Amino acid sequence: MLSPLILLSAVINGLMTGAVYALVALGLTLIYGVLHIINFAHGALLSAALFAAFLAWQKLGLDPYIAAFALAPLFFALGYALQRFVIGPASHADDRNMLLVTLGLAVLIENGLLYEFHADTRTVELAYGFKSIDLGFTFVAVSRLISFVAVFAVALVLWLIMTLTDTGKAIRAVAREKLGAELSGIEVAHIYAVTFGLGTACVAIAACLLIPNYYANPSAGNAFVLIAFTIVVLGGMGSVPGALIGGLVIGVVESLGGFFFGESLGQVGIFLIFIVVLLVRPRGLFGASA
Amino acid sequence: MVTEALLDVSDLRAGYGDAEVLRGIDLKVDFGEIVAVLGSNGVGKSTLNRTISGILRARTGAIRFDGVAIEREKPAAIVARGLIQVPEGRRIFPNLTVAENLDLGSYRRGTERRAANRDRVFAIFPRLAARRMQRAGTLSGGEQQMLAIGRGLMAEPRLLILDEPSLGLSPLLVEELFALIGRIHGEGVAVLLVEQNVVQSLEIAGRAYILAEGQCVMSGPSADIAANPELKRAYLGL
Repeated sequence: MLSPLILLSAVINGLMTGAVYALVALGLTLIYGVLHIINFAHGALLSAALFAAFLAWQKLGLDPYIAAFALAPLFFALGYALQRFVIGPASHADDRNMLLVTLGLAVLIENGLLYEFHADTRTVELAYGFKSIDLGFTFVAVSRLISFVAVFAVALVLWLIMTLTDTGKAIRAVAREKLGAELSGIEVAHIYAVTFGLGTACVAIAACLLIPNYYANPSAGNAFVLIAFTIVVLGGMGSVPGALIGGLVIGVVESLGGFFFGESLGQVGIFLIFIVVLLVRPRGLFGASA
Repeated sequence: MVTEALLDVSDLRAGYGDAEVLRGIDLKVDFGEIVAVLGSNGVGKSTLNRTISGILRARTGAIRFDGVAIEREKPAAIVARGLIQVPEGRRIFPNLTVAENLDLGSYRRGTERRAANRDRVFAIFPRLAARRMQRAGTLSGGEQQMLAIGRGLMAEPRLLILDEPSLGLSPLLVEELFALIGRIHGEGVAVLLVEQNVVQSLEIAGRAYILAEGQCVMSGPSADIAANPELKRAYLGL
């Protein structure tokens, strides 16, 4: 007889994992929603951010959760500069070119990391790394609980930026009406870069939340981005609430899949969902109809 | 000394790819004037507007606004000078609320007086006030046109370009629209009215230009143009 408590613990674990997936997907869907491109550099940027979090810990002795407050603005600036001075100018306002430029960037970043750090896997060791909270029927790692809360804090901050600031409103405006935005004095190139910066900052925060339980290596980010793509499709391309809920759903599916079919088959459920969504509801849970 | 016009376009050429759409346009708008630009579909009226606003780069020729050359400036810089265009097709932000659309009207200019200007716009368009929290995409066509003009007014225009504002509006709304243009003009704003609605445009404008095949074939006081049946038949399809 299957105990509901064991199932519940699998669900809770899935929600914790799913929250970080959601954050990676949030960055991806934000960029897609405004620039209408799939950012192929997202995974490589996540790998770079994992290294940054690792180095902050190794060289500066910074706790990853503290480092997040420095790496988020740093990666925002990096993302801004990449879009404004590399991706934008190199693509001459053609979306297809933009896509290829991000793909090229991914190759550059990944190989740059490989050159500098080799293919070794690096981990941080934290005093609280193995601490967990006893819920009575299951244990939840403290670091995963922190990630869960942090992701919702980030989502809240993003939502406030999007609804209360002029820049946030301009981002939403540019997503749907570029010409109207330009005639209102909004610089589309600037807004694109801000959006890319925000997406990249999401990746930096995700890296800081991941590194206590995960590792840095030059292709570490790719695994997450593949899942994040699925989440973006599930939630609806460009939808922020879709990314959040999609991330949690995917986390739970992976956890339950692992529970029933064994760890190695856990991710099969994710891609089954991916295929079913594409067949049944291609615009995703929260996607606008075409 | 001759005082300079607010907007002074001279020998303007622009186009897309191999196609030259504007083939040497000369046009002036004085301070506080309403000027109509008339002509049938495809003569380059919208291209002219896009070039003046900096969306499309002029190939040759000069555009001066209040004495400053702006033909190499970006759209945002041109907006900052108070040259505001309400584009054809409204181009409002459908996913944003009415209030947010107006906020973005003052993104670049008039930002400090946003609240006061919003009240002013709501006083002109009470229907927008009632729908301020509604998504702009759910508004009717007439309301969307009002919102587009309201968004333009939020930037405290010195020159307001209206591109086909009466397109798709019911006759009653068109009446309302032209009354509104008169009211905006009454507040000292110069208006460049680009229209296919010849009769009403000539009634409200002091002067008019007639465009054909990317060139200005006739210009002068509206009354003269209105009184020239041959001209109207040849170029305006009346």
